[in-house]
Amino acid sequence: MSIDLPGFADPVSGAQTCFRAVLDAMARPGSLHAAGQGLTPPAPLDPATAAVLLTLVDADTTLATDAACAPARDWLVFHCGAPLAADPAAAAFVLATALPDLATLRAGTDEGPEEAATLVLQVAALGRGAALRLAGPGLRTPATLRVEGLPEGFASAWARNHALFPRGVDIILCAGDQLAALPRSVAITEEAS
Amino acid sequence: MPIPDPDPNIAARQRWMAVLARAAATQIEALLEAVPPLPDCVVLRGPEAGLVMLRGRAGGAGTRFNMGEMTVTRCTVRSTGGQVGHAYVSGRDGRQAELAARLDAALQDPARHDAIQAAVIAPLAEAQAAARAETTRKAAATRVQFFTMATMRS
Repeated sequence: MSIDLPGFADPVSGAQTCFRAVLDAMARPGSLHAAGQGLTPPAPLDPATAAVLLTLVDADTTLATDAACAPARDWLVFHCGAPLAADPAAAAFVLATALPDLATLRAGTDEGPEEAATLVLQVAALGRGAALRLAGPGLRTPATLRVEGLPEGFASAWARNHALFPRGVDIILCAGDQLAALPRSVAITEEAS
Repeated sequence: MPIPDPDPNIAARQRWMAVLARAAATQIEALLEAVPPLPDCVVLRGPEAGLVMLRGRAGGAGTRFNMGEMTVTRCTVRSTGGQVGHAYVSGRDGRQAELAARLDAALQDPARHDAIQAAVIAPLAEAQAAARAETTRKAAATRVQFFTMATMRS
């Protein structure tokens, strides 16, 4: 059991602040937002990753984590009260430190696109690393997001996810105390750096 | 009544947690003056109030039904010694929940257990048993004997 670390110092304002950050990040894909300052989550979670999960995951949403995040499961269950799903394909939220195959996650249906999974992906760094060029709703002109820690071929995997619109997986990228979002509506091309 | 756990350590902890859950914050605070100060604690969760669905059983087959919701306040703390204390108390008194959780953590520390058990838990348990006996005594005085026709004929 590793529940011996606190969650948000003030659960209401902590979750509201982080929710606002996620909302802004989703509305303007690729923009960086601060989240989770002051949180002391268990390894391997970064403060931003922990804040997003504490904010969005609750008893009504299933959560799946990859094997690398297993040490944090007790803490997440204790603070979020979320039922753990053994199979990521059945989970509403998927926590991972390495990009899973997006096609295996829940993509929702044409009648219920909101049933798609949200992938909370912890990466090495945001704001540096390989450049992604983003275009789509919320972006008047294409934006550039630099991410360190995404695998080669992310753009083609994303293209298949993007093609499913209005179905498809949304990604929240977290690193340190920063987050950025890639909603399913955004088109991504890899920029030569 | 809760079913005691077969593990004696857990059963003992259930007993002191039950006593603390029934004690008012002012009662606990008054008794705490007699013992060395409790170790410093980090609050892990709460105190936060919420609703718990109470379930009852009815009929010969014991079918479950939802009787109603009850306000419950819970709190979890970790003491400097590393013990994690939990408390679930009825009502909305966050102070009581936090005190009960801190005492639960301190009672798991062998160095403090006996002193707190004797100075805090035992008097509280005694007072609660006396209050219960008093209620039972008053209720017993109002007891009405019912006789069925079958009983009267025999």
